[in-house]
Amino acid sequence: MTQKIKCALIGSGNIGTDLIYKIQRSPVLEPVWMVGIDPTSEGLERARAMGLKTTADGVDGLLPHVEADGIQIAFDATSAYVHAENSRKLNELGVLMIDLTPAAIGPLCVPPVNLREQAERAEMNVNMISCAGQATIPIVHAVSRIQGVGYAEIVASLASKSIGPGTRANLDEFTYTTSNAIEKVGGARKGKALAIINPAEPPMMMRNTIQCLCDEEPDQARITESVLAMMAEVQKYVPGYQLVNGPLFDGKRVAVFLQVAGLGDYLPTYAGNLDIMTAAACRTAEMFAHDMLAGKLQLKPTAPTAA
Amino acid sequence: MSTHLKGRKVLLHDMCLRDGMHAKREQISVEQMVKVATALDDAGVPLIQVTHGAGMGGNSLQHGFALASNEEYLRAVCPLMKQAKVSVLLIPGLGTMRELHSAYDCGARSVHVATHCTEADTSPQHIAYARKLGMDTTGFLMMAHLNDPDGLAQQGKLMESYGAQTIYVTDSAGFMLPDDVKARVQALRSVLKPETEIGFHGHHNMGLGVWNSIAAIEAGASRIDGSVAGLGAGAGNTPLEAFLAVCDRLGIETGVDLFKLMDVAEDVIVPMMDHIVRVDRDSLTLGFAGVYSTFLLHAKRAAARFGVPARDILVELGRKKMIGGQEDMIEDTAMTMAKARGLL
Repeated sequence: MTQKIKCALIGSGNIGTDLIYKIQRSPVLEPVWMVGIDPTSEGLERARAMGLKTTADGVDGLLPHVEADGIQIAFDATSAYVHAENSRKLNELGVLMIDLTPAAIGPLCVPPVNLREQAERAEMNVNMISCAGQATIPIVHAVSRIQGVGYAEIVASLASKSIGPGTRANLDEFTYTTSNAIEKVGGARKGKALAIINPAEPPMMMRNTIQCLCDEEPDQARITESVLAMMAEVQKYVPGYQLVNGPLFDGKRVAVFLQVAGLGDYLPTYAGNLDIMTAAACRTAEMFAHDMLAGKLQLKPTAPTAA
Repeated sequence: MSTHLKGRKVLLHDMCLRDGMHAKREQISVEQMVKVATALDDAGVPLIQVTHGAGMGGNSLQHGFALASNEEYLRAVCPLMKQAKVSVLLIPGLGTMRELHSAYDCGARSVHVATHCTEADTSPQHIAYARKLGMDTTGFLMMAHLNDPDGLAQQGKLMESYGAQTIYVTDSAGFMLPDDVKARVQALRSVLKPETEIGFHGHHNMGLGVWNSIAAIEAGASRIDGSVAGLGAGAGNTPLEAFLAVCDRLGIETGVDLFKLMDVAEDVIVPMMDHIVRVDRDSLTLGFAGVYSTFLLHAKRAAARFGVPARDILVELGRKKMIGGQEDMIEDTAMTMAKARGLL
């Protein structure tokens, strides 16, 4: 049997649970621990049923097992407020942290745009921004690599049933983190992110609209080609990432209308937002894992700091 | 009508400098804001909403760019108010607490924290923050026809638990009939604390703004949103001067001067209008199909570009259950329809 990198998942909500499915399919990753805070939670029960070890004592319940169980990568799907502490504790044990909260204390990662750089720098904490960021920033980048984008704005419409309590209670953090990443990773000078939660039944597929204001008249052929090439890159890990309309050109504005269907692992296919986030996190971890297995990357514990 | 409402006190909240921004494609100048707000203040209107049509964070490709920032509008208007309190709109997912704080610093003292009628739990941070700032804080349940009375009441109860002092039934699509309004206000009244107020925000898409507002008061509402001359999205909000005339006849006490308000409507607002805001084929379609009123002008623009009639686009948006904030889906839907019709 080929060797796999052992992983811990922190947070047993929608994202953490969907991650189990993604990681179990990975040729280089293996989910070993699920960390929760409520012993009666459905998420922990499901994780146990799927063969994971569980603790309801938060990250502190995991720490004593990190070394014995050889945990090298952790995924944090809790909240922006507790992420920094989780990351500090695990980094000190030499565990790489993939951050799925909006905390964004580490560099922002969108796999088809900048994953290679993160792995080469041997970062110990990588942030996945947000579901909307993963769905839209590749397109912003696809436009900005052709010509200057002064302003980029994205709208993510999400099915109500796909949004857990953590995201709901922290919409401002989502807005700040995603807007910032549109600039830092997408390459727009100014970025803005809007989120809409729609309760329609049957639930609507995740939709994303990306609009860029170019500095000059857009080069329609080159931008269209760049956008389509980028879509193909994302489709490698999210097959349900589809163009619905566009690129539409209107003066200096470029608009792209997308739909993201999920794989239907934990939540049904409408929850493309869940999939694109977990698939991106999994792909990120796999890139590091490949390097680790090839002996090219050795994770180093960070120096302890005061809590 | 009977005289059973005689002596009831109702707080009027004017929307023409916020909802009216939609009808003006966000192009109301700072000078016009000042002129309208001071006239409303002089007429005794106690609450005046002043922001981009989509509220805090509204300046965007999605919702249009206004002539000035929310801060510029508020800084110009707030210091001039003799009695009126200035309010703002905050939709979580679009606006943030930082922007609310900034509005407060500019003099805003009341806020509608708005969510879709089933998504109240996206507002706890914002409602709590508004209360912490000491603002008069309203939980504003939009597209209220898409939730049944008991469901809506539970959403209102959530907002009350976060700290909202007033809960609004918001008929964003102008879809409701008076009995629909009454049922929702009564359901809220039966679960909310006695000190929590209930408000109603109507749209006049089926010509029911005034009647629906009276129905809300009969069922226990004590705050009514409207806009002078009806300047607002769709066929406009409840025309405030007409509503006030009805209140005066019924003996409902508002403290607002009817003749002064009529003069503001006729002399200030109507001359500002780009089109006469009224019930017409497209705005009536909004009310009839239950579509978010703000979609109207966006649908007309998409119709002009892609050759699909605005009414067809609006009906399709209603069928797809699009809600406030999904303006991007108007262009998308128009393109999809145009392709299907061989126009694109």
